[in-house]
Amino acid sequence: MQIQLNVNGHARQVDVEADAPLLWVIRDELNLTGTKFGCGVGACGACTVHVNGKPMRSCILPVSAVVDAQITTIEGIGAEGLSAVQAAWISHQVPQCGYCQSGVIMAVSALLAGNPAPTEDQLGTLVTNICRCGTYTRMRAAVSALAAGAQVPGARK
Amino acid sequence: MISRRKVLLSGAAAAGTFIVGYALWPSGRIGRADRLAAKPGERFLAYWIKIADDDIVTVVIPHCDMGTGIFTALLQMAAEELGADWDKTRAETAPPDPLFANGALVEGFALGQASMTRDSIPAFLQGSVFAAGNRLAQFMDIQVTGGSSAVRTTGVYGVRIAAAAAREMLIAAAADRLKAPLDAFYTEGSQVIHKPSGQRFRFGELAAAAARYRPSSHPALKPRSEYTLVGRDIPRIDIPAKVNGATQYGIDVQVPGMQYAAIKISPIFGGKLISVNDASIAGNPGIKKVIKLEDAVIVVADRFWRAQRAADTLEPVFGDAGNAAVSSTSIRERHLEALNRQPIKHEFSVGAGAKALQNQALVERVYQVPYLAHAAMEPVNATALYQSAGTLEVWAGSQDGLGARAFCAKTAKLHLDQVIFHLMPSGGAFGRRLPGLWNFLAYAVQAAVALPDTPVKLIFTRDQDLRHDYYRPNVTSRFKATRSADGTPSAWVNEYTTDNGSNAEAHIVYEVPNQAYGAVKVVTPVPVGPWRSVESSWHGFFVESFIDELAHEAGRDPLEYRRALLKRKPRHLAALELAVQKAGWGEPLAPRRARGIAMVECFGTIVVDVAEVEVSDEGTLKVHRITSAVDCGMAVNPDGFKAQIEGAIVFGLSAALYGEITLGGGAVEQQNFPNYPLVRLADCPAIEVHVIESDAPLGGGGEPGTPPVAPAITNAIFAATGIRIRELPINKHSLKKGA
Repeated sequence: MQIQLNVNGHARQVDVEADAPLLWVIRDELNLTGTKFGCGVGACGACTVHVNGKPMRSCILPVSAVVDAQITTIEGIGAEGLSAVQAAWISHQVPQCGYCQSGVIMAVSALLAGNPAPTEDQLGTLVTNICRCGTYTRMRAAVSALAAGAQVPGARK
Repeated sequence: MISRRKVLLSGAAAAGTFIVGYALWPSGRIGRADRLAAKPGERFLAYWIKIADDDIVTVVIPHCDMGTGIFTALLQMAAEELGADWDKTRAETAPPDPLFANGALVEGFALGQASMTRDSIPAFLQGSVFAAGNRLAQFMDIQVTGGSSAVRTTGVYGVRIAAAAAREMLIAAAADRLKAPLDAFYTEGSQVIHKPSGQRFRFGELAAAAARYRPSSHPALKPRSEYTLVGRDIPRIDIPAKVNGATQYGIDVQVPGMQYAAIKISPIFGGKLISVNDASIAGNPGIKKVIKLEDAVIVVADRFWRAQRAADTLEPVFGDAGNAAVSSTSIRERHLEALNRQPIKHEFSVGAGAKALQNQALVERVYQVPYLAHAAMEPVNATALYQSAGTLEVWAGSQDGLGARAFCAKTAKLHLDQVIFHLMPSGGAFGRRLPGLWNFLAYAVQAAVALPDTPVKLIFTRDQDLRHDYYRPNVTSRFKATRSADGTPSAWVNEYTTDNGSNAEAHIVYEVPNQAYGAVKVVTPVPVGPWRSVESSWHGFFVESFIDELAHEAGRDPLEYRRALLKRKPRHLAALELAVQKAGWGEPLAPRRARGIAMVECFGTIVVDVAEVEVSDEGTLKVHRITSAVDCGMAVNPDGFKAQIEGAIVFGLSAALYGEITLGGGAVEQQNFPNYPLVRLADCPAIEVHVIESDAPLGGGGEPGTPPVAPAITNAIFAATGIRIRELPINKHSLKKGA
């Protein structure tokens, strides 16, 4: 069926089944490959995108559930220059293989939008993405620098 | 020109080094390298080093980016020797071609290096280097990224030397222009500078003339005291493209007309496909083809989710290859049976070996580790296009691009030159993409051959990735020891099971006068393979658990006991002392908390971990802190090196706490992350890494951080509770006191 989506501020038309997973529609219909496939069961968070600002695991989200929603992917949050989270990820040298980091950055960005200074426990409870390279201590350091209001070089104002 | 070339070579001879009697860069190869990997305005000066008219130095890296930061580290080493301006340097992935293979490294550089020893190069290269003898050009068509070897092998014996040779060639070109002696020049900021006059030449303006010299295999290397780039925390060059989704991994490849494939492999190892009723998916949208292979079914569709859903509903019937009774329990029983079958041949002994055990009171312990999956975040995948005219093009992440190309050629029954292989960055690998572990390539190529002239992207679902891995082996080890009057071991015997041979990593660094080691082969149908830190991932746990038990049996503090056994090992002792000092060993802790220590040397690097844990009265474990002291000789990029140790600690922590692949009915029982849990933010302790600089040869960075984590934690659990864990993972055991 024809489905109208709003992705990164642009209206996009796709012709897919109503229950096609949003992840694969984003990746293979819209060619936005920054959002990753990790588990297919919503367990690892590699596919996290924002739906109306909320972090959602797109691998288990049918595309019909997001028809009128504003969808933002990793390509969207940095479209007008690096976001503060992206810049902090660079200055703390967080990524290793980098595969999970799109999802992590989306999850952290959504968390910080609602709670700019999360405690370590809040961060651990709300960001449950798996990073197999084990970059967690650097994620924590980057988030606490952001929470402390540190000016991150390279971030858009 | 000829006289200059003589000067360059005789300079090396004067330094007293051995000159490889083999053209370092035979002239025929320059043109070939330029054709393969140089763009207009660029040319190769030496292996791996290109310089362009606009001064840009590009290092062509014969490795796969799997996240360890080696592109940055190797570029730092090259820029350092060249005297290049960092902002004018770039790194590129080398083409999967023999010209850029490990063989080139071995024949061109490694054979001539007096400093090269068996310990300083990884096992997979040893056969070629040390068996070569007078046959200098023993060739190795591999391009491996593994063995924590990129910096300490490709960097130390290859890239850095090629860069220094290129610097000498640039200087020779400048000297030729000014008719001035070579020693009147130096390089800095991508310029060659004539000291007496201050006259400067850009690299770009000299490069074409410099390329006409022959590179020396023994150029003068910069002394460490003059380093300005190596040893600095330069931000990794790959990271900016990893925070905005720009990095294209294998799974992201888009080829016009591409179709998607999902696979179902026989769940029982070795099982053959008997039948599959594909009528059940006939009405599914977008299905292109159902491909029946010897041990798998592949569904090809126009979209991945359509292929995956169809594959999920198929119910193929597979044989059991006689393996239906294989389980974790049956393998464990076979291990114990094999270890009890005496006598066991000891392949390596020290002193009187096992004879020293006779008529003495024994301490005997048995330890075990389970199978583990690599579980990289990017599930294995490959995209392949087979043209009926007889060519094949493949896109995939691999820890050996050239070997993968040859493997794909063989699978499609083509010659190497009929196959193009695009080596893509890997979303983690940890050993999963090494040679011999290439089922994803084999299946993708078979799918492409079955569907000619159509690009096919095969993606393993997480279920297939976890259940069709090549696992870290399940290993059982039995130790026997006797003690001298002061409680230190007088004899140490370690007999362990193995899937494929004896393990040098079983050998201990502790000073024990009599030692013996015996490997007992137990063949199972379970595919096994290298997993981050390989043999050390099990022997580290076994040895560091047993030494801790011996200390406690002797009534001695485990730290002081280790010190007593390392009196003649100053590097190990220094790492031990730094770790305990930084961890506050001996300082009082809150109730229910305790510390444990472990030390493992592997890949030329020594790592000592102190774990601080808390075990509640209910038996709940929390790991609060891991303090790590690491001696790797020198870290090329200390922050990047620390990141590797931090990550390797988390990797080891997942394995220690809950990592376990189990078998039932001949098949893997885990299906996805919910039942193969990995550490997440909430469970990640504070991690501190302290890097020690020593004058030892450079050690590896990617793997050595993993082995000591588990024993440091189980030793801490013992200190907290008196419960000794001899079988991983920890979550199999109750930690409730008195349980």
